[in-house]
Amino acid sequence: MKIHIKNGRLIDPKNNLDAQQDIYIAERRILSIGKAPADFVADQEIDATGLIVIPGLMDIAARLREPGYEYKATLESEMTAAVAGGVTSLACPPDTDPPLDEPGLVEMLKHRARSLNQCRVFPVGALTKGLAGAEITEMNELTEAGCKAFSQADEALTNTRVMMRAMQYAATFDYRVWLRPQDSYLAKNGVAHDGEVAARLGLPTIPVIAETIALDTALQLARETDVILHICRISSAEAVEMIREAKHEGLKVTCDASINHVHLTDMDLGFFDANCHLVPPLRGQRDKEALRAGLLDGTIDAICSNHSPVDDDAKQLPFAEAESGATGLELLLPLVLKWAEQEKVPLLDALARVTIKPAQLLGQKMGHLSVGAHADICMFDPTTSWTVEPAALKSQGKNTPFNGYEMQGRVRYTLLDGQLVFQQ
Amino acid sequence: MNNPQLNKHGELQHLLTIEGLPVRILRDILDHAATFLDATEKHEIRKLPLLQGKSIFNVFFEDSTRTRTTFEIAAKRLSADVVNLNIGSSSTSKGETLLDTVDNLCAMHADMFVVRHSSSGAAHLIARHVAPNIHVINAGDGRHAHPTQALLDMYTIRHYKKEFHNLRVAIVGDILHSRVARSQIHALTTLGVPEVRVIAPKTLLPSMVENLGVRVFHDMAEGLKDVDVVLMLRLQNERMQGGSLPSEQEYFKDYGLTEAKLAYAKSDAIVMHPGPMNRGIEIESSVADGPQSVILSQVTFGIAVRMAVMSMLAGNK
Repeated sequence: MKIHIKNGRLIDPKNNLDAQQDIYIAERRILSIGKAPADFVADQEIDATGLIVIPGLMDIAARLREPGYEYKATLESEMTAAVAGGVTSLACPPDTDPPLDEPGLVEMLKHRARSLNQCRVFPVGALTKGLAGAEITEMNELTEAGCKAFSQADEALTNTRVMMRAMQYAATFDYRVWLRPQDSYLAKNGVAHDGEVAARLGLPTIPVIAETIALDTALQLARETDVILHICRISSAEAVEMIREAKHEGLKVTCDASINHVHLTDMDLGFFDANCHLVPPLRGQRDKEALRAGLLDGTIDAICSNHSPVDDDAKQLPFAEAESGATGLELLLPLVLKWAEQEKVPLLDALARVTIKPAQLLGQKMGHLSVGAHADICMFDPTTSWTVEPAALKSQGKNTPFNGYEMQGRVRYTLLDGQLVFQQ
Repeated sequence: MNNPQLNKHGELQHLLTIEGLPVRILRDILDHAATFLDATEKHEIRKLPLLQGKSIFNVFFEDSTRTRTTFEIAAKRLSADVVNLNIGSSSTSKGETLLDTVDNLCAMHADMFVVRHSSSGAAHLIARHVAPNIHVINAGDGRHAHPTQALLDMYTIRHYKKEFHNLRVAIVGDILHSRVARSQIHALTTLGVPEVRVIAPKTLLPSMVENLGVRVFHDMAEGLKDVDVVLMLRLQNERMQGGSLPSEQEYFKDYGLTEAKLAYAKSDAIVMHPGPMNRGIEIESSVADGPQSVILSQVTFGIAVRMAVMSMLAGNK
């Protein structure tokens, strides 16, 4: 299948390219950019006039809910949602049921994903068996099965000796360790940021120090073990500053933030909107501003959707009892565009946070539009406005704090490996 | 953000929290309550026909005898049909969700729900869910709000002190876990009390509590100095296990209201408590039963205030 994408505006952060150029695809890969190769006869032409053509998005935190939680979502539903959002690669956390702590489970997941042929799936393996925080997993076996990093997802790892051993072991083989910092004692039963909103609403809280104490522990152990450490979903101004200093010091540490936290604060909880029950909790205005500043100066490497589809019944409960999480794959791109517009971030820089940067975090040579690269491509219309209507989302999870928000930018075509997997 | 408690004419649609209620509505409720108190106490009218034919469901997901009983009495005095459901913790084990329960009761033609639930925001959730002709009264949700308690407290304060604008009021005890305290704070600040104080150890205060418009004290002698009203809170036994307090004895020594500590307040200060009291833990018996205590008046006024709320929700001006 030969495809000619013509008249589009190419934006490729890795190659620092922002220009109107055509793309020629053959044999699943990008054959040429700009000039038509000799004797190229396209089987399909895609007219990208008015569209922006970018590498397919890479989302480093998207829960597909398989295995174990198929009533919340399935690979079919979520991969359809992914490509509708222009996401062609995603990393899924290990908090499935059972958790991704055995090679067989990882192989099965990869196999299921491959057979659906919609979106690339990069499993993040469990750092400890059953995510229980007691014994480390067979990281070599899991890596062979396809795991690209190891994590506790949102489960606590309170035993610092186990954490150190896990990091030492991972560092032996240059495996990546991904941790979301949260002290489980300080966060116990908490559902909201420890601020004025929670004080008013009477919600049990997760204070910022729950994040910073755990982050400090992780950073000190990383310094000790020389592990490649990635910090997931930072939420507070203090954590941004700690990462900034750690990077300045030369630690091999990276971090991400969820797009929810780039746009929302605890004020959005309103009158107990369970769609805003997220992990980590939405924090204050100054935290949101610090996250944005961290993105601007590169302290925060990547933005993810933290896609966590939840079934309706689990959300139709009082705030604290409602399950945390929101759907996000289909909203990632427009929300990144919204942030870029608000902060006057050039698209080249903004889109890097959802393409080349996350690819680097996973150690994948992807997320760009170079000649010879896999043709994973997203084409979107930057001028189309649309309103988020849960029922219209393809994800099985319909809950989002952005319900009713006006978005600008709509995906028109998604190519995975040189094949059209989505168009509208 | 739309206030979910008011309809488009600015009238009370639900009573979920004091926060965000305009002062005219608070005063309206208190004035209505005064009329009802007059009718029932002075003129010994035991039943008024205002809610005749209406069905009121007391739905208590959390155990309570006193609050449920006062709501029941209030509803019956207004001639409503009252159904009591003590769902307690058993409903979840039967697998029925909160909104399933509510749907079932709506199908039985409920006109009004009086709801108590252990989770903050439960009443808001129900209010969002029910049809527009159904009214919801929050009888306590988690740590969030207990608006009728705060209203009866305001009634009591107005009864004894006449005005709000010249008062100094102290709330003493477990502010952090208290829905009563949150509703009292909003009611007092809305009604124009110039100085609202909270007195508690730091373990029993929410962070940024001062943003709710209160002065924070950790010492009873300082906090009670020259106050006109002392609002005591009930101390839950769980606080000892959670590491918030070392012992009841130590709490009583520092924060229990004794005659000696009450002496720091104005000599005509009144002492209130939402009940049920823990004598010897948050309050000394001689204070609870003493001349400055208006705790039993609160109970009497509570029925009138709840009658006022129910009747206003049902559209009686």
